[in-house]
Amino acid sequence: MSGIFSGRVGLAWPGLFGIGVLALPWYKGGAFTASALVEGLAGRVWLLPLVLTAAGLMALALIARDWRIQGVTPALVGAALVWLLLQGFGIGLRGPALPGIAVLFPQAAAGQPGFGLGAWAAGLALIGALAEVLAARGFCRGERFPAFAIVGIVAALSLFVFFPILRLMSAAFVAPDGTLSTIPFLNRITAADLWSLGCVTGAGRCGVVVNSLVLGILSAAIATGLGLGLALLVARTDFRLKRLLRALAILPVITPPFVVGVAIIVLFGRTGFVTVEVAEWFGVRPGRWVYGLPGILIAQVLAFAPVTFLVILSGLEAINPTLEEASTTLGARPVTTFRTVTWPLLRPALAAAFLLAFIESLSDFGNPMVLGGSYDVLSTKIFFAVVGAQYDLGQAATLSLLLLALTVGAFWVQARWLGRASYVTVSGKSDAGLVAPAPPLIKWAAMAAVLPFVILTVGVYAIVLAGGFVKDIARQDLTPTFGHLWTAFSVEVGERGVQLFGSAWDSMITTLWVSALSAPLTMAIGILTAWLIARQDFAGKRAFEFGTLLSFAIPGTVVGVSYIAAFNVPPIDITGTMWILVICFVFRNMPVGMRAGIAALAQIDRSMEEASQTMGAGGGRVLRDVVLPLIRPAMFTALVYSFVTAMTAVSAVIFLVSARHNMATAYIMGRVENGEYALAIAYSTVLMLVMIACVAGMNWVVGKRRLGRRSGLALPAE
Amino acid sequence: MTETAIEFRSVVKRYGTATAVAGIDLAIAKGELVTFLGPSGCGKTTSLRLIAGLELPSEGRVFIAGRDVSRDPASARNVGMVFQSYALFPHISVLDNVAYGPVIRGTPKAQAQARAREILEQVGLGGLEARLPAELSGGQQQRVAVARAIVQQPDVILFDEPLSNVDAKLRRKVREEIRSLQRRFGLTAVYVTHDQEEALAVSDRIVVMDKGRIVQVGAPADLYERPATPFIANFIGDANLIAGQVVQGHFTAPGLSLALSGPDGAATVSVRPERIALRAGGDAQVTSVSYLGSRMEYGLDTPAGEILVSRPITEPRFAAGDRVSLHFDPAALIRVA
Repeated sequence: MSGIFSGRVGLAWPGLFGIGVLALPWYKGGAFTASALVEGLAGRVWLLPLVLTAAGLMALALIARDWRIQGVTPALVGAALVWLLLQGFGIGLRGPALPGIAVLFPQAAAGQPGFGLGAWAAGLALIGALAEVLAARGFCRGERFPAFAIVGIVAALSLFVFFPILRLMSAAFVAPDGTLSTIPFLNRITAADLWSLGCVTGAGRCGVVVNSLVLGILSAAIATGLGLGLALLVARTDFRLKRLLRALAILPVITPPFVVGVAIIVLFGRTGFVTVEVAEWFGVRPGRWVYGLPGILIAQVLAFAPVTFLVILSGLEAINPTLEEASTTLGARPVTTFRTVTWPLLRPALAAAFLLAFIESLSDFGNPMVLGGSYDVLSTKIFFAVVGAQYDLGQAATLSLLLLALTVGAFWVQARWLGRASYVTVSGKSDAGLVAPAPPLIKWAAMAAVLPFVILTVGVYAIVLAGGFVKDIARQDLTPTFGHLWTAFSVEVGERGVQLFGSAWDSMITTLWVSALSAPLTMAIGILTAWLIARQDFAGKRAFEFGTLLSFAIPGTVVGVSYIAAFNVPPIDITGTMWILVICFVFRNMPVGMRAGIAALAQIDRSMEEASQTMGAGGGRVLRDVVLPLIRPAMFTALVYSFVTAMTAVSAVIFLVSARHNMATAYIMGRVENGEYALAIAYSTVLMLVMIACVAGMNWVVGKRRLGRRSGLALPAE
Repeated sequence: MTETAIEFRSVVKRYGTATAVAGIDLAIAKGELVTFLGPSGCGKTTSLRLIAGLELPSEGRVFIAGRDVSRDPASARNVGMVFQSYALFPHISVLDNVAYGPVIRGTPKAQAQARAREILEQVGLGGLEARLPAELSGGQQQRVAVARAIVQQPDVILFDEPLSNVDAKLRRKVREEIRSLQRRFGLTAVYVTHDQEEALAVSDRIVVMDKGRIVQVGAPADLYERPATPFIANFIGDANLIAGQVVQGHFTAPGLSLALSGPDGAATVSVRPERIALRAGGDAQVTSVSYLGSRMEYGLDTPAGEILVSRPITEPRFAAGDRVSLHFDPAALIRVA
């Protein structure tokens, strides 16, 4: 019975393939009647094989009892898929892109536009058909839903993560005249302005790579030290302001980029508050020391310390207290216990925190942009190679590859080395012991380290809160005003209803749209991937897992450049649309949802899903009925995170925004570049308020739904 | 000739290079309760999951109700399963838990719930339908799990160590409940346990497994009284394994000579501890004495090696250091190798 049913559902894919080649416009912007068949007969003959395979598949689906298990099906589907990609990438807008195609198809010299509705439908249909064929051959224990999910996610990752990176690599080998060769790449990668150690030897400035590494190591080390101090204070002392520290940890997540940098300039710049005070009290001449390494370091440490804090805190809380108790009963003094038991057990968490901060520091774009001065790092250099006066994609691609190698290397070290060295002391049994307080010496050291950090954070956020609502904070004119807010968000109520005049409305509305569209998609793909990794066994699972996590290690700037390299030209030309922004966020933020999902699934007894299966539920049903209701908190985390990140991210977006679809962060960056600090700060404040309101709203809706469910359950009680 | 409910034909299950099930053939009759018994890692749970469809065989075929289901996922088979952890859905009521299967398989909700109520009534849980699983006691949760597994009249009901989360005191009661339900509904049942006493108590037949293979299949009394190998003799109950020689209808070991038919040659015999009588005076020495309430257990040092003997509490008792002689019931001697 179920066999016939599933066979009938499976018919949808050959059908969709048929519609894609016969009834929909094949090319982007093509007339509605210009299907692949019509275009093929009109001269673009390379489309005809696709039409023929579509006809073949449809015929097979109608004649055969089950088209999926026919011997010829995999060959047909595979050939169609390969041909679809080959002709799409082989023949560009201005003619053949691959040698040999011109010989096969002389008509190709006229070129072809990018994929349109029909081509997308055909691609989707072929991916679906491929999943059907695999499932019918025992992939995923014959379950169709996981097979679709895996094939779909692999296809999406290939298209939106790996393909752009490949394009980036090829772009790095393109000479200025457009030919492929290794010489320009070698020239670019050995350039002195990358590797010079001039600042050490005294012969000028250091190279960009050296700068980036120095910044990354310093920033990660300081942030890890502070994170350790914060974690010890929160987990191992009776420190009174624990809740305040935990609250401070959330701030960087919802802080738009640039605003911290601007606040630091306002505090420590040549006319900054602190600078002026210090000059008055101690007679020190105001300088521009904050621009460059010191400024970037301060800003990055402020941003990363809360992240390292959370990582180290969870490491600290995972240590079984009975181990420390054992040490104490064996006669060790508190400091000895800390040195010989707690510290070694904590080392993996410290290393994880360090590497995380290191990757973040290398990827950071906003702070070096605002505070860098003449201190160039890779991410800003990449930006100016694309956006600056000399548009040089080859240079940007080469630098991107370098940056990518550094972050992926750090990621690989983390995965390889920490994977082995993790001392998980969590067991199913409850830990009976009591947490030992930190020795006084360590407590005071932690306090001494954390105090300046807290003061600085409070100072920075005081500037952020006040800066938008005074006349000119940079020149210490503190007259209250709503002028900046009005410039950005003025409205007029006229005859035609409410009109939005403020200069920031467009970017604000786009940002909200992109965030609202990408957040649920990100969550869905992330959670689905988590479920596949945690619960399904399939060939190539480890590569799948590594690939999904890898996309997390790709810096935003690299993503931006790679998207330009990949999606500016047919067959997939989507730059300048809102979709490229949404897609960019979905694949950048997906690993977070995935990690939250995997952690949540680890807490759930797998036999509940098996019970559901033995009662007749297929993969999708199990997910809907059992898994999703039980991991709702993880879903909410993923949703909030992806929403908030979409609103505050800048590094990838800055390359992808267009005049029509500008984003809030790009707008703020423009204001910062023009020195309109107050306007930038005012907008940032509004953005943070909107985020808090949205998150509270989501919380309210989710909380409400949960309650509604429970009361619905109580009904049949009578 | 009874109808066959489940059949394994040369079934092999591998995980990478590890082999969990190394080729088993077995037929289970309709209405029978068969137990898979063995030490951990012997392949008993994997065999159960192969019936459920939670694993698919690497080689060989599995039949349920005469149909080859080797390639069918769990959702396409009609089996009920009671999990070790019960696996009740914590977010829905007891009634919805039991009605879940029928609803999935397309029964209208009202009808499914009526059927679920009926079954819950039959397992003695009437009135608790609206509770969440967490609001029930362990024993009640177990009955919900059983109700959920039988509500769809499955071809077979599978029990994966169902008593391991039940209090030791309650185990006997729950095990009897399971047995009587199985008889009442005429269900074919496959039961997995590592507890030999539990296996002896509930089963029609026991399948003893070791290292992915079936070692012996038989009724509880067969296995206990006529174990085929030293492994089974040791695994089911306690056994004294004595190595010696069989020569012309006599088994001889140091200090022993007992009548035993069978071919001549080296032999190992198994003797249950309660089948050996003790008398004061002899060539054996009592080395340890354990008072177990219902019986006495003696560890003895004899010329044939260490021997364990179990005697009724009512007999005269010995103390450590006493010298005793052993008296074997000839019928109790089982040649196992």
